[in-house]
Amino acid sequence: MLRLALLLICLALPATGEEVVAGLSQNRVAITANFDGSEIMIFGAVKREAPPPGDGALQVIVTVSGPSEPVMVRRKAKRYGIWVNTDAVEVDAAPSFYAVATSAPFEEVLSSTEDLRHKVSIQRAIRSVGAPMEIVDSQSFTEALIRIRTDKGFYQNRENSVIIQEETLFRTAVALPANLTEGMYSARIFITRNRQVIDVLETAIDVRKVGLERWVYNLAHERPLIYGILSLAIAIAAGWSASAVFRYLRS
Amino acid sequence: MQIYLPIAEVSVNAFLLLGLGGMVGVLSGMFGVGGGFLMTPLLFFIGIPPAVAVATEANQIVASSFSGVLAHLKRKTVDLRMGTVLLVGGLIGAAVGVQVFTALREIGQVDLLVKLCYVVFLGIIGALMFVESLNALRRTRKGAPAVRRKHNWVHNLPFKMKFRTSGLYISVIPPLLVGVSVGVLAAIMGVGGGFIMVPAMIYLLGMPTKVVVGTSLFQIIFVTGFTTLLHATTNYTVDMALAVLLLIGGVVGAQIGARIGVLLKAEQLRILLAIMVLAVCGKLAFDLLVQPSELYSLGDPGAH
Repeated sequence: MLRLALLLICLALPATGEEVVAGLSQNRVAITANFDGSEIMIFGAVKREAPPPGDGALQVIVTVSGPSEPVMVRRKAKRYGIWVNTDAVEVDAAPSFYAVATSAPFEEVLSSTEDLRHKVSIQRAIRSVGAPMEIVDSQSFTEALIRIRTDKGFYQNRENSVIIQEETLFRTAVALPANLTEGMYSARIFITRNRQVIDVLETAIDVRKVGLERWVYNLAHERPLIYGILSLAIAIAAGWSASAVFRYLRS
Repeated sequence: MQIYLPIAEVSVNAFLLLGLGGMVGVLSGMFGVGGGFLMTPLLFFIGIPPAVAVATEANQIVASSFSGVLAHLKRKTVDLRMGTVLLVGGLIGAAVGVQVFTALREIGQVDLLVKLCYVVFLGIIGALMFVESLNALRRTRKGAPAVRRKHNWVHNLPFKMKFRTSGLYISVIPPLLVGVSVGVLAAIMGVGGGFIMVPAMIYLLGMPTKVVVGTSLFQIIFVTGFTTLLHATTNYTVDMALAVLLLIGGVVGAQIGARIGVLLKAEQLRILLAIMVLAVCGKLAFDLLVQPSELYSLGDPGAH
């Protein structure tokens, strides 16, 4: 469905004869036990039949986004002398990870109508439909969500980090943090002129736990009872062996 | 060395966890407590989600208590009969506690409840212990004999039962109630409840001090084991990798701590423990009372 929509958008774009081709340094990210973040190189070129049109410089935007999920944002307030969660707003869909890299300051690269259409900026990538009636400032909840995730490195707004050479070649690197959640991530590459999108390319990055991590996670969710018993068995065995070892050392 | 925890979905330093486990293990070996009341808040501080910290800590306590109870069984300082009565209460309490925990997790107040429980219980126990051990210390200085325990209202209830190892003939109601309340706390706070159980057994039930620690450990194994299973099946929040790292540090630390404990006097030990309990309590209370730098927090949307 999303692909079809993107295809339609692509078809609807003005035919200036410029197309983007791009590649990623990796299409899979494996979360192993010692995973401590990963860096993805995104590079590509602009394919064109005619010489570049003179009006406006070519700009490139690269976004990488994690799977979108609803998030509950809660606000604390002072009640009876202590700080308690009081108001809550459910944000309908927010990506678990989102990075935007641009070749120039964001306002110079994309107009706000184009941003609205393609959902490029972090604010647009988050979908928040309705807040409960009693909450007037629901906007501040979305802002808090962006602020918290930006502080933790989950949302990155990196202007001027895409390097363009000769109006044709471009490259950038997106750092994925160590605390990554798994799922299908998508990378989108936009080329723009005069703040209008000329072409867009989307490709997927598969981020998943592998090996022991995968096994433990699956067991915990699919066979919780066996997992619980196994956890206890490990604990009992560790307790017993510790006392046995130290008894042996003492004698 | 960073390690990615499969259930908590955070990446932490493995040596930090081993060190924390070891440090808390030393303390628990010295004082004869599970150490959960220290470890769970420490896990919050390093960024483990509270739900995972509580459930995993219960799992780790199984290991340290099991290690401890083996030593006590050898010395015959476990009152199995009393332990069983406490256990029946404990299991009921744990089942109730996990339900409460799940319900509060859905309405987003679990952090508050866990922290409030900590502040209230650590505050009470810490203050009582501090005063009591200070008095004991003063008495031993003066050289006066220790006060003899008197019979109180606890000894006048029905359903009396003989507890030979403890040398008691009392009603089963108080031990059952103590068991239930410790069970609830074990599930909500991710602690074994030793720090509540031990004073309750000494002062409320009047058990001799030498069988208290072993008996408390005996019932803690089952209550925390049961809690682990319940958390694993209802909340899926037990992190095996986290538990293994903590308990490796913990069991080694506990043995070292036991050696250090022998060198100190009982009153000094208790006063140190009281100070530590009060310090943790103070830190948590401070967080609740002072305006946090970030008023907003993110969570999973639960069922409404």
